[in-house]
Amino acid sequence: MGTAGLARLHGLFAAYKPPGLHWKHLRDTVELQLLKGLNAGKPPAPKQRVRFLLGPVEGSEEKELTLRATSVPTLTNHPLVCGPAFSSLKVGVGHRLDVQASGVLVLGVGHGRSLLTDMYNAHLTKDYTVRGLLGKATDDFSEDGQLVEKTTYDHVTREKLDRILALIQGSHQKSLVMYSSLDLQTQEAYEMAVRGLIRPMNKSPMLITGIRCLHFAPPEFLLEVQCMHETQKQLRRLVHEIGLELKTTAVCCQVRRTRDGCFTLDDALLRAQWDFHSIQDAIQAAAPRVAAELEKSLRLGGSQQPPGPGWQEDEGPAPL
Amino acid sequence: MALSAQQIPRWFNSIKLNCFITATQLKNPFPRPGKTLLHGFSAQRQTSSDNCFLQRGFKTYRTSPVWNNSSQSTKSSRQEINSAQSTMLPFMNEQSQKTQKIPNFDSELSLEGLDDVPPFSPLQPVSEEEAVQIIADPPLPPFSFTLRDYVDHSETLQKLVLLGVDLSKIEKHPDAANLILRLDFEKDIKQILLFLKDLGLEDNQLGKFLTKNYAIFSEDLENLKTRVAYLQSKNFSKANITHMVRNAPFLLNFSVERLDNRLGFFQKELELNVKKTRELVVRLPRLLTGSLEPVKENMKVYQLELGFKHNEIQHMITKIPKMLTANKRKLTETFDYVHNVMNIPHHIIVRFPQVFNTRLFKVKERHLFLTYLGRAQYDPVKPNYISLDKLVSRPDEIFCKEIANASVQDFEKFLKTL
Repeated sequence: MGTAGLARLHGLFAAYKPPGLHWKHLRDTVELQLLKGLNAGKPPAPKQRVRFLLGPVEGSEEKELTLRATSVPTLTNHPLVCGPAFSSLKVGVGHRLDVQASGVLVLGVGHGRSLLTDMYNAHLTKDYTVRGLLGKATDDFSEDGQLVEKTTYDHVTREKLDRILALIQGSHQKSLVMYSSLDLQTQEAYEMAVRGLIRPMNKSPMLITGIRCLHFAPPEFLLEVQCMHETQKQLRRLVHEIGLELKTTAVCCQVRRTRDGCFTLDDALLRAQWDFHSIQDAIQAAAPRVAAELEKSLRLGGSQQPPGPGWQEDEGPAPL
Repeated sequence: MALSAQQIPRWFNSIKLNCFITATQLKNPFPRPGKTLLHGFSAQRQTSSDNCFLQRGFKTYRTSPVWNNSSQSTKSSRQEINSAQSTMLPFMNEQSQKTQKIPNFDSELSLEGLDDVPPFSPLQPVSEEEAVQIIADPPLPPFSFTLRDYVDHSETLQKLVLLGVDLSKIEKHPDAANLILRLDFEKDIKQILLFLKDLGLEDNQLGKFLTKNYAIFSEDLENLKTRVAYLQSKNFSKANITHMVRNAPFLLNFSVERLDNRLGFFQKELELNVKKTRELVVRLPRLLTGSLEPVKENMKVYQLELGFKHNEIQHMITKIPKMLTANKRKLTETFDYVHNVMNIPHHIIVRFPQVFNTRLFKVKERHLFLTYLGRAQYDPVKPNYISLDKLVSRPDEIFCKEIANASVQDFEKFLKTL
């Protein structure tokens, strides 16, 4: 282990953050586990130092003394004297998740942290599943908040919900074009807009590129949201606003990120897998995909608009 | 080192005098008075070379300190004397020490007056044998933040490392590091080590013990023996005492009175009989060495906040002594989930106190999985009953296979939907 293990640790990997765990604790746990793995290797071979010692000259009968260079073992590099070889490791976190949210959390180790910046600058969309509950309104839009209002929801039907969601998606589509600061008068921009490939490549408010209802069983409903520049609190507020649009109220029970860039739920490591070897394997497995995606976004980033969310064209959301 | 009197510099005499003064002022068990500095540096015993005194400022590079296990017969070692106060520690950057010394030194010089030894010039020709015998090792740093600089020159430190003591942890406490540097292996450390071995500690456990409790070297051997005798008088068997000392290294640093008070506290607070208290303390010796406030608080929490009866608390504690020192917030959160969400009544929790010793997320995840499968049955009278200890203490594979009747992949897929 040691430096050889460290060399294979640079890169990105995804962990599944469970609800109720702060992202910082996750990052610290990962760092501790990686350090444990790095320091678990066999200790280095004992070093020696050269000392010039007095001794009698060989082959002489008299008490003549001379200096001889001898290698003596030294304890200065013994692990019990200088401590473990690795005492800290730089682990960075990509798009954060708040305490109650769960899902894919991308972490970067060592040189992989610069890839985190590249991922941020690529402005890719993220997928969430959001579970809502009709009939309640709370102050922080989640189930454990302070209750503000209770309403009936018998009048809510699937069609009404779908209509509202289509409205939301349409209005956000307009903002996508607006915040991308792209001149629509050119032919290329028009074609891209027609295909729905435009999205902002700098800071903007939360934009929803796609939203649909997966499951509707009043009072519960499950939405799938594809968005960018979001925070989980804004997603909960979105559920609250959907409730208001439906002339009832709603709170958000669960916000779960299913995809962040090219990392999906399948790549995310569960808590039992947050150990040195699993993380190393995950980093090595994800490396080519991450490189390809960042290269693609960089290549097309010059013309500002890489291929956008392919929701409207194919069945499921295409990873971006 | 055969330096003739002529070659000793004039100012060297002043050092000699200075050292002589400070050496006699120090109450140290180090035998060498400063006088021998002058009369050549006869070969010293190996063991006395452990006394690394560190000198400030002026040292002659002709006679640098050398401590080495495999020395030659004519090895010279030099005793460097500390600054004026014996309690001054070489780890502190005492600039004031240096400045104090220098006026002292000047006064010494002026006292010398006319010396009959002619001044020694570095350009004077030196014979071949003397040249060979000049030792020019780099000097030891007078103060340092790490023991790494001294480990090759101190036999004590080397022997401790070979025993398995983690010096990198000890050097984080400067007092501890200074103490260890000053000790003589033969005189001080060996007796304590033999005492610990008599107690029953194995060789490979000594390192871990000493890393934690380096302060045992400053304890009196008689006191230690008295404390062991006290524990034996309380009917702790020899094996028990070994186990306790190994798991709570600071136990023997507590005076007899303090140990007595603590044992009495546990007996009164938990209202257990003597035998049960003894078993409890043997199982978790750090109860005796840790703080008592959390224990008192936890007892109140169990009684008032969680609503357990006294005999129930006694039963739980004899089964899982760790509950006494558990974190209050985690206790209340776990109990809240187990009692209110999983709807498990008090009398079943009492039968399985292990749930207080597991992480809350484990209990939550497994309960939610069983609920999803429809197998969350915790009532003993109904069929398909799942006991709490099977829920929390089995590893994941056995839990999935036997209790949930599902595969580990299903469990993982479920976890990713939470």
